[in-house]
Amino acid sequence: MESDFKLRAQGLTRDYAGTRAVDGVDIALAPGEILGLLGPNGAGKTTTLRMLAGTLAATAGTVTLAGHDLAGEPQRAKRHLGYLPERPPVYPELTVDEYLGFCARLHAVPRRQRREAIAAARADCGLEDTGRRLIGHLSKGYQQRVGIAQAIVHRPDVVILDEPTAGLDPNQLRGIRELIARLSRAHSVIISSHILSEIQATAARVVIMHQGRIVFDEPLGGTSAPVVEIALREAVTADSLTGLDGVAHATALDDHRWQLTPAPGCDIREMIAETAAGRGWGLLELGAARYSLEERFAALTSRDAPPREAAA
Amino acid sequence: MSVMLAIARHEWSRLFVSPLAWMLLAITQLLTGLLFALSLTDLSLNPQRIGEYDGVSELVGAGLFRFATVVLLLVVPLLTMRAFAEERKSGNLELMLAAPVSPFALVLGKFAGTMGYLTVMWALIGLMPLSLLTSTPLDVGLLAAGLLGLWLVMAAFTAVGVFISALTREPTLAAIGTLGALLLLWLIYALSTMDWQPVVLGTTLPLADAAEALSLIGHHDALLRGIFASADLLYFVIFTACFLALAAVRIDMERH
Repeated sequence: MESDFKLRAQGLTRDYAGTRAVDGVDIALAPGEILGLLGPNGAGKTTTLRMLAGTLAATAGTVTLAGHDLAGEPQRAKRHLGYLPERPPVYPELTVDEYLGFCARLHAVPRRQRREAIAAARADCGLEDTGRRLIGHLSKGYQQRVGIAQAIVHRPDVVILDEPTAGLDPNQLRGIRELIARLSRAHSVIISSHILSEIQATAARVVIMHQGRIVFDEPLGGTSAPVVEIALREAVTADSLTGLDGVAHATALDDHRWQLTPAPGCDIREMIAETAAGRGWGLLELGAARYSLEERFAALTSRDAPPREAAA
Repeated sequence: MSVMLAIARHEWSRLFVSPLAWMLLAITQLLTGLLFALSLTDLSLNPQRIGEYDGVSELVGAGLFRFATVVLLLVVPLLTMRAFAEERKSGNLELMLAAPVSPFALVLGKFAGTMGYLTVMWALIGLMPLSLLTSTPLDVGLLAAGLLGLWLVMAAFTAVGVFISALTREPTLAAIGTLGALLLLWLIYALSTMDWQPVVLGTTLPLADAAEALSLIGHHDALLRGIFASADLLYFVIFTACFLALAAVRIDMERH
């Protein structure tokens, strides 16, 4: 199983002077997958990504890149990695071609393939016409593209992009989104953001971090079972609802309305309808509420949010 | 190896697209050129002074190289502050730390790139006394030893600068720190010229000898006088290698 993942992190932990910034993070990235790392500012996203990229040593835990241990054989592991830090690491005094040439040499792209590699990276990032321009003269969106081109010029298995869409205008944003979607054809990608819509637009799987821990890790796109809202004529107790097979939580919305959270992987809609009819509860309404990522994000990352427990 | 060359080339080409490097080259040429012209004028006005020296080669050549060392004291910190401190501040060091590059290759690449630039400066300074070959016989051996000494001093200064640059994320702090360290090396030499022989527990400490042995300038002086000793050469090689190794250790610690 280990070799099925391009990148695998286990128990990643990082302490800064006594405070724990990242605590026991596990991440596995399958080939061709786009993983969105989401979290409020200060959740530990950048620290996690820096540990995955090998620019920061983990206090505890291991990172394996394409089968190579990042701590044990860093040079080999890093060959399979492209990394765009929060601030694109570009030199304003160089032209795009000079810069990408340096990055290709830095990643030991053989001399014969270098020209093609640079041209391909430029084409992928929509930089065809900018090869001879100074990076310092490019707009922020284009500098960001140069940063991404740098991360893919050596065709790594894993591309890590830390907030690639920060500070871009809507048009540039769309361009970068399309670019990231294209990248997933040949690379596994991890992108981080604190903006939900960004992750929703690009990622296939979402990991939400809060206070250094992973609090949510699920594929996007409605494969998870929906939360069910029902309205009953008769008054019932929460216990009678949570006692049902497959119901994890029951929350009273008002005297007659309930919100039922299913246990992972259970679709409880049919069962609820049959039970309500059988017990004579008088089922007036039954609806599946698919909570948006935004609501789940808010619930998971707001510190004072009450836990979703059965209301008495 | 190829990665090290890539970094050296990158460093070198970045220097030559920066106004700072051209300005430093111009000012160094102006200052050393003026000194060269002045010493020639002095010689033509007072030709009898040549008797105090080993001919034109020592009077003009060694004098010029000594002065160039002083100029280097100010030039090298401004170059080496770019190596790591500036890269760290701009966030570009991350690019190299995430690449499959060992800390040693990174430090050696930065060092080689800076030395490439300084070698251009060195060649331009060396051409001045060598231009006298057209009009007067010169002691080429003496000049060669002096030039070798100048190059070794450049390498040693650069190694100190690269190390101090690896310690901080403020380029100005790296520059000031390097300047201070280089001046300190100078001061150690001053100690060797003092007639001070402290006696501790009945034994006379060979302070002057120790200071001379440790001082970079003392070893350079021998080369300027045309004495080519492997001990001096080895001193520079070890000195340079030590500071580069320290820089590599510091860069390796970067991740922690």
